[in-house]
Amino acid sequence: MSPLEPSRVQRPGAALAVVGRPIAENLRDVVPVAGVVGVFQLLVLREPFPDLGQTLVGLVAVVAGLTLFVQGLRLALFPLGDSMATSFARKGSVPWLLAFAFALGFGTTVAEPALIAVADEAGRARTLSGTGELDGGDYSLALRYVVAIAVGAAIALGVLRILKGWPIHRIIIGGYAITIALTPFAPNDAVGIAYDAGGVTTSTITVPLVAALGIGLSRSIRGRNPMLDGFGLIALASLVPILFVLLFGMAVG
Amino acid sequence: MPVVATSLTAGLAETVRGVLPIFCILAVFQFAVLRRKVPHARRVAAGAVMVVVGLALFIVGLETALFPIGRTMAEQLTDPEFLAGQGATAEGIEWWQYYWVFLFGAAISFATTLAEPALIAVGLKAEDVSGGTVRAWPLRVTIATGVSLSVALSMWRIVVGAPLLVFLIVGYVIVAALTTLAPKSIVPLAYDSGGVTTSTVTVPVVTALGLGLASTVPGRSELEHGFGVIALAVLFPMIAVMGYAQLSVVLGHRTAKRGRR
Repeated sequence: MSPLEPSRVQRPGAALAVVGRPIAENLRDVVPVAGVVGVFQLLVLREPFPDLGQTLVGLVAVVAGLTLFVQGLRLALFPLGDSMATSFARKGSVPWLLAFAFALGFGTTVAEPALIAVADEAGRARTLSGTGELDGGDYSLALRYVVAIAVGAAIALGVLRILKGWPIHRIIIGGYAITIALTPFAPNDAVGIAYDAGGVTTSTITVPLVAALGIGLSRSIRGRNPMLDGFGLIALASLVPILFVLLFGMAVG
Repeated sequence: MPVVATSLTAGLAETVRGVLPIFCILAVFQFAVLRRKVPHARRVAAGAVMVVVGLALFIVGLETALFPIGRTMAEQLTDPEFLAGQGATAEGIEWWQYYWVFLFGAAISFATTLAEPALIAVGLKAEDVSGGTVRAWPLRVTIATGVSLSVALSMWRIVVGAPLLVFLIVGYVIVAALTTLAPKSIVPLAYDSGGVTTSTVTVPVVTALGLGLASTVPGRSELEHGFGVIALAVLFPMIAVMGYAQLSVVLGHRTAKRGRR
């Protein structure tokens, strides 16, 4: 067991004392980005950095932020997802668990800044072209709700899958087959938004929580294997929105 | 420095706004439905503050250090004069002359994927759940390789104007085939790795590159050709993770056989 395991850290003060090692690890995570940008800027484009001081300050902030974030994951998001999964399994109420799964997916997505940006952009393009039944503002709001409902439904479906022990590969392969089959029939701009939506729905806070939830559930339900049943929620959360947005695009034209 | 400080306040406000609904939902279900106290509540609260402050710092850092220069580089690298010498126009450029764009797309997306916080989280979980059989760093390098190949391919697709659907169909046939071949225990993790890669760091940089390219190459519309980049970046890591797992099984068998002789 590593010394960073949260079970050994009793007080927040103690947590701050052990960030030494992750800083080296997080440097390793960030150095490649700095390296690629540096090489291309200096050797390929042959231009100096416009504001080297600011870039360096930014990089320090990136490394410090990542270090804090990863430490916070181990202290808060992982144990929280885990303990809630165990409590739900003990409570044994499937409807409440599914409601929680839906709320988590819906709530984390509807306010996601990246989604708001994509939806507003789509709404503006629509106002300009003047197509379809909905006007730009309504379209953008409707789109946000469609994607958020899709993510909620995806997490709920994924949780139900863990409870029932359905194999993930049938759902994913089948789902993508339907998605690809629908693509030629959906309007072009909906296709663009749909495939982008799959990418913006998996936010940095949602992913660790949802992963901990799935793994926690598969650990506390007898007969489930965390490796086989615990993963798969994130995959569903990036598949179902594509499907829903394609259908939405076909419905409103 | 003051620029960073003001943008940090703004970044913190935005992160809190994004996180607030999540905390509300967690609180409602924890206290109203489960009716239980949070175990180690103070530690969890401290961790939550670290997550929020950390994410805000991370995003503000990206916005000062990486995103502006990434956007400028995307513009400069897709400029016809840079690609084919002075006086060149986009019409006269062959597809292979975009090689710096392909190389940059591959290199930067490899690097940004390694820095993706959501992927770091999944890597930690995978190492924990598999009991160390799956190690976080090699898993993330495999995924980053997948993303990197997908981005290079997407840039090529935009340049030649090949239809996205063909790539998606071929890709999913490969995913389906690998699903039946690869070790069962890696499949769900492989599927998840598709979704997590396209997040905070990678999407803005890669989108800027795709849009820059779509606006340079004659006859490409941003709307029709700019978007598929993310779709392929979700697909390729699945192939990479299952492919790598299958390859290690095959190589493992071969060494085991050799050992027996």
